[in-house]
Amino acid sequence: MAMLHIVNKSPFEKVSFRSCLNHVKPGDSVLMIEDAAVGALDGTSFSDKLKTAMGDVSVYVLGGDLVARGLSEDRMIDGIKTVDYAGFVDLTVKNETTQSWL
Amino acid sequence: MAAKKFMFVNRKAPYGTVYALESLEVVLISAAFEQDVSLAFIDDGVYQITKGQNTDGIGQKNFSNTYKALGDYEINKLYVEKESLEERGLTQDDLMDLVWEDEDDDWAEKPSIILVDRSEMADVMAEQEVTLSF
Amino acid sequence: MKFTIMINEGPYQHQSADSALQFCRAVLAQGHEIFRVFFYHDGVNNGSSLSVPPGDDRLIQKEWSELSKENDLDLVICIAAAQRRGLMDEDEAKRQGFESNNMIDGFRISGLGQLIEGGIESDRTVVFGD
Repeated sequence: MAMLHIVNKSPFEKVSFRSCLNHVKPGDSVLMIEDAAVGALDGTSFSDKLKTAMGDVSVYVLGGDLVARGLSEDRMIDGIKTVDYAGFVDLTVKNETTQSWL
Repeated sequence: MAAKKFMFVNRKAPYGTVYALESLEVVLISAAFEQDVSLAFIDDGVYQITKGQNTDGIGQKNFSNTYKALGDYEINKLYVEKESLEERGLTQDDLMDLVWEDEDDDWAEKPSIILVDRSEMADVMAEQEVTLSF
Repeated sequence: MKFTIMINEGPYQHQSADSALQFCRAVLAQGHEIFRVFFYHDGVNNGSSLSVPPGDDRLIQKEWSELSKENDLDLVICIAAAQRRGLMDEDEAKRQGFESNNMIDGFRISGLGQLIEGGIESDRTVVFGD
């Protein structure tokens, strides 16, 4: 069963995001919302960790949360897809289960 | 309807916030619904089940004994992650002795804590149908 | 598809109430059903009728209330969590001997079993919190 992992914490402040990546299974999806959106950027102390995970899982970011924090898609790690709330809902439908890494 | 697989994920230490206590209240209620319930203790969640908790100095109720009652409610799959313990300098010896009595085995006392490594924890999480995190 | 949404944080302090509101609107817009929205921990404060934010800010509790009316949503506040935090509807206030109550229209107060039932009855359960 594929799982949608929802993360909402900055990887620079809390361990939730790293913990999530340590528990994903191939074929799962990870969606960054709220403060976790900052994890989408390339060239950070976290980006290598996320890039490694992207070999096995699909990674998405909620676009509204990214731009709200003054960040733009062109600075994101290649391969991360931007979704809106409709896309968020689609991801919960496409994956059989969800887990929020609070 | 077949029982659903419910997992309650505990990632936070007790007392500093109310999440651990109120999570436990949900777990106890879930027992009445005869679902297939598991608990996961990862990251700081492992501090919820350390033995020797004493809250005399902080003015809060010590609710750690409630975990010992879970076995009586047939909640007996408490998955604890080895790496989370190790990162915090803990071993299973630092945890409460949580057990349940197996009705089908002459009420033999069996451990409720299932020590798993990180990849086994990921496998258990992947099997769940409803995952509630606090 | 049938959804149950759990919300663990109150309005304003954390973004989770805003995120959950947006998510619920998107779920409904796509023709899915929301079986229940369950408010737990400080999330019960989403049901307060006594919130007065500055005029240029959103009034999250009212947005829930209106969304509930427009879509006949079942917004459930956990009674145990609400009692701890001083949130009560008219019946509960009377029962506890208080003269006033502070729950906004569109919410109802009930037990934790409603959350488990939501998980059982729904195809998807999504948690918002901090």
